[in-house]
Amino acid sequence: MSRIAQTFKNLKRPALITFITAGDPDAARSMEILKSLPAAGADIIELGMPFTDPMADGPVIQAAGLRALDAGATMQQTLKMVQQFREGNKTTPIVLMGYANPLLQYGNDKFCADAAKAGVDGLIIVDLPPEESADLESAAKKNGLDFIRLLTPTTRDERIPTVVNNASGFLYYVSVTGITGAAKANPDSIRPHIEQIRKHTKLPIAIGFGIKTPEDVKALAKIGDAVVVGSSIVNIIARNQDAKDLQAIVYKQVSGLSRGLVG
Amino acid sequence: MNSQPNSLKNAPDEKGHFGPYGGRYVAETLMPLILSVEKAWNEAKNDAAFWQEFNNLAKDYIGRPSPLYFAAETTRHLGGAKVYFKRDELNHTGAHKINHCIGQILLARRMGKTRIIAETGAGQHGVATATVCALFKIPCTIFMGAKDIERQAPNVFRMKLLGAEVRPCTSGSASLKDAMNEALRDWVSNVHDTFYLIGTVAGPHPYPAMVRDFQSVIGKELREQMQEREGRLPDTLVACIGGGSNAMGLFHPFLDDTDVKLIGVEAGGYGVDTDKHAASLTGGKPGILHGMKSYFLQNDDGQIQEAHSISAGLDYPGIGPEHSWLFDQKRVEYVSVTDAEALDAFQLCSRLEGIIPALEPSHAFAHVCKIAGRLPKDHILVMNMCGRGDKDIFTVAEKLGVKIQ
Repeated sequence: MSRIAQTFKNLKRPALITFITAGDPDAARSMEILKSLPAAGADIIELGMPFTDPMADGPVIQAAGLRALDAGATMQQTLKMVQQFREGNKTTPIVLMGYANPLLQYGNDKFCADAAKAGVDGLIIVDLPPEESADLESAAKKNGLDFIRLLTPTTRDERIPTVVNNASGFLYYVSVTGITGAAKANPDSIRPHIEQIRKHTKLPIAIGFGIKTPEDVKALAKIGDAVVVGSSIVNIIARNQDAKDLQAIVYKQVSGLSRGLVG
Repeated sequence: MNSQPNSLKNAPDEKGHFGPYGGRYVAETLMPLILSVEKAWNEAKNDAAFWQEFNNLAKDYIGRPSPLYFAAETTRHLGGAKVYFKRDELNHTGAHKINHCIGQILLARRMGKTRIIAETGAGQHGVATATVCALFKIPCTIFMGAKDIERQAPNVFRMKLLGAEVRPCTSGSASLKDAMNEALRDWVSNVHDTFYLIGTVAGPHPYPAMVRDFQSVIGKELREQMQEREGRLPDTLVACIGGGSNAMGLFHPFLDDTDVKLIGVEAGGYGVDTDKHAASLTGGKPGILHGMKSYFLQNDDGQIQEAHSISAGLDYPGIGPEHSWLFDQKRVEYVSVTDAEALDAFQLCSRLEGIIPALEPSHAFAHVCKIAGRLPKDHILVMNMCGRGDKDIFTVAEKLGVKIQ
């Protein structure tokens, strides 16, 4: 059983997925933050692969990617981070999130092989809809990586099978029609979509975009199997990038978010 | 579109692929909308009434057909091939961009969309978009790099006069690529009522093919005009390339005429051997950005690099996917011209012909100057004069050290 499937099986409550950008604000401090996330309450970690032109991301995650790139982030460095993380943690799944071009240049097959070796569990590639993903999908499958697909408020019923077909790990429901860090997710309008999607799949459903506070986490955990928090964590990193206790500040925020799940 | 089995005109396939290029690399939020644009376009392009309206506006509003002009002074000066200009700079709004703006706004209206967004580099596509939005009474927002807003002030003012909102983009290199990122982000957030009026033969399918089909009016007119004028097809066609819309419109009707040599001129900036140019084919490699697979300027890690050109309209690190395919197929020859060469050509054309060209076609003219003298006198060469240079006088004056403001 994959680490992602095992995690959902073991948890008796919805999972907290936390997003950070690899190498933000620099490699060393990003590594410290990454290592501390599980103890702070992250059940699954989504690690962003920096890209110059992230067209589905709002200003907060755009800036994080540029900070990381300015500090020298590369695809290889991102994989090295995962490898180092895995030396001390064998249970918390890591999902890499990013855009298609850096993978294409690395080589889809080679990337999936190296990622699996480093201890990556799944991939979320924002600009690869089912119509264009066959190549990467088969590379991921061959190397035992889950290929996580996105569903959105604009995905109509008749399209759901196209999207969930060949998906694995979990499904990522984008809760707002927009970019990361934008509008607040509204639980009442999300619920019917999630119920509709469940008719087509047994995979766990994570809800992400526009989830900022412990209260948001609590409300959406009633609907989904996992809740993703990204921009608000990245924002804390941005605001405290010069602080000596950056890791402790992030730890405190993530602990607060995770209390939304148990409290 | 074409019944010849091996015609280059048959591309793209039904998924929008030109060989390995093109496609639809967009976030899932956009996918349903992209599919509905494709469906609407497939219906519209087979509807005679749609084309009737397009043709009427092309004639009475844009002023088509644009003249085919024999550039006698240039021909004499260069001493070789007979040089003609296809004068799309005489169109309403001063460039070829209006052709695909009329087409796309007719489609947006047909789809019931009530808001238009567009990206712009030099501001020509922004002005053309603002123009058709004024005509059709649809509100529009134009995304433009902060750096371009600075160097294209007259066009920014024009857009505002026409009632458009101009939104500056400060991320990345603050030019065309970033304006396109922002437009895509806006579109993701406003899918329900917004139509993205893309300014070149780029973006997700069906845009590259659709914009090309609207711009093909240039090449189709040229075929007829040349037949009337010289009783035969031209020998060489030359056009500048940023995203590649004017070149695609000129070339497409000639793709299967293998005797007609096609030359695309990329912006060489400080030189393609430096890191400051915008020649995606000469200096880039295949990648994925802005909804398509095509050639892009990028580093080994797949990070997109900033383009540089004196011409804001060519300052884009990518190129339309059909050009990438024609480059691999070697059907079109792609060359580059530097900022300095374009600047010289800008002045030479003004003096020789009394036509102030935009900096974009100045690149094409610079290449014409390089090759025409070596060609025989019965060789017919046509250059697309795709825009007029009024918008560029401030940039050029600054480069020449002349104070005019």
